Amino acid sequence: MNVIICAKVIPASSVIIEIDPATKCMVRKGIPHELDPAAASALEEGLRLTEKHGGEVKVVTMGINDATIGIRNALAMGATSAIHILDDTLAGSDTLGTAKVLAAAIKKGPFDLVICAAESSDSYSGIVPGQIAQLLGIAPLTFAKDIAVEGNKITIKRQSESGYDVVEAELPALVTVTSGINEPRYPQLKGIMAAKKKEIKKYTAGDLGLGPDQVGGAGAREKVLSVGRPPARSAGKIITDEGDGGKQIAEFLAELKVI
Amino acid sequence: MAVLIWVYAEVIEEKVTPTTLEMLSKAAEVGTAEAILLGPAPGDAVQTLANHGASKVYRSDDPVFRDYLTLPAVETIAGLIQKYRPAVMLFASSYAGRDLAAALSVVLDSGAITDVGDFALKGSSVEATIPALGGSYLNVSTLDSPGTNILLVRQKSFEAIPRNQTAIVEEVVPPSDPAIHKVRVAERVTVQQEGPQLEGANVIVAGGRGLKAAEHFDVLRQLAEMLGGAIGATRAVVDAGWVPYSLQIGQTGKTVKPKLYIACGISGAVQHLAGMKGSKMIIAINKDPEAPIFQVSDLGVVGDIFKVVPQLIEELKKRKGG
Repeated sequence: MNVIICAKVIPASSVIIEIDPATKCMVRKGIPHELDPAAASALEEGLRLTEKHGGEVKVVTMGINDATIGIRNALAMGATSAIHILDDTLAGSDTLGTAKVLAAAIKKGPFDLVICAAESSDSYSGIVPGQIAQLLGIAPLTFAKDIAVEGNKITIKRQSESGYDVVEAELPALVTVTSGINEPRYPQLKGIMAAKKKEIKKYTAGDLGLGPDQVGGAGAREKVLSVGRPPARSAGKIITDEGDGGKQIAEFLAELKVI
Repeated sequence: MAVLIWVYAEVIEEKVTPTTLEMLSKAAEVGTAEAILLGPAPGDAVQTLANHGASKVYRSDDPVFRDYLTLPAVETIAGLIQKYRPAVMLFASSYAGRDLAAALSVVLDSGAITDVGDFALKGSSVEATIPALGGSYLNVSTLDSPGTNILLVRQKSFEAIPRNQTAIVEEVVPPSDPAIHKVRVAERVTVQQEGPQLEGANVIVAGGRGLKAAEHFDVLRQLAEMLGGAIGATRAVVDAGWVPYSLQIGQTGKTVKPKLYIACGISGAVQHLAGMKGSKMIIAINKDPEAPIFQVSDLGVVGDIFKVVPQLIEELKKRKGG
């Protein structure tokens, strides 16, 4: 089974994300990056499936040069190879542009299953995977909290507002996983060493047959006009518990006439 | 002629969702509001949509829309959009809404803006306000697609305003293309929710990672019960499986605006703040004095939740008894 993971590499969680007022984009250059923990969960699912059913896991990432660190991490976890779409003209791509790039890269090789995070941990738009499935013409199985493959059939437990749905399709398919689906493994030393020798293929948008009318800032239908800070809610009273914190809250509630 | 704005009407647990009615109310304020209602729905669903601003409802009660997830609806809505060319198509930021918006943006080669908090029409384009990065920024984006602009709207962004009117119903024939049967729903499992619903609760007691273990939620349950409130949780807590996903509050969970919000062991990540900072009164208990939750709280107690919360419960018992 050939599994492809769309793995986003994002500013490390220790970084407070800032937005560049000039470009209206997230500041990505010059700050530490990491494999999105949500993508690590998608990769973990792919690794478990191929460990059970055989096959290989390939990682596809669109991102700046700093994304390499996250790709190496994915390879160290156990992915066999990677594709890195690295092209400055892709900055400012909207969701559809991003999906076109990733779908074109996925089509470069054979695949049975594409796994993505239901949403990235930095922008949360959550629609790129659905766009990729539609572009590839394969079954979208979204918001999975469990995946099972049997022969050519794939079954997921799909998160719903009131519980979950058991949803099935034939391969090839695209699955998006919720972040709680698993606990991603940590790369071991052996994996980290092996990752250094694994192939990262680099493509530009042109290599994928995509022009500036479709991707990047120029091809984007969505354009960011302005970014600003909403008025901050001012902090109230802060006390340190010296053995009567609970009582003080009760008094506060009494003042509010809640009790 | 008034500009045409469509709303995808969602039915969950045999009820038209509140977000559907909120979007319709906004659509009716901006232009001519029409709704698409696909699959089995309660008998009064069309009237409910009309009562919130829909002047026309595109309707099919065919079970194909329920049994094959979103692909049949993608085909149907794409056909309707190409025929009637609404300026804007609105979806809720729900599971189905996101799937539909994603697929339709490809079919129509149109853009889609997610997590929209408000919007306005500017000529052929639409300008959307997006609370970004967990609400630490408000962004304004414009979408200028060749055809219909797709927006995914956050819940509780608009007020649902009842109006008295009737709607024309246009029956829709489900598509016959076998490709729409690619994804089948084999079973729907309802996970019973304990205690009062988060939605509409006046008091919410929410727990974060600081609770350390699932069983520690019991003390929060006790507090919530004493205050007649509901239980909520952060993403980390639902991901850890301590409580069901339905209790998640935050950018990817529910947006709540109770009169009183008590945050226990919640640091206040931007994703969580996005879902609760509209609360009227916020009390936070956290051992870390630097926790961002204190910046939005009306009363912050720096301390151990396992000491402060039990003392609070004791105090409430005393006051109730006395």
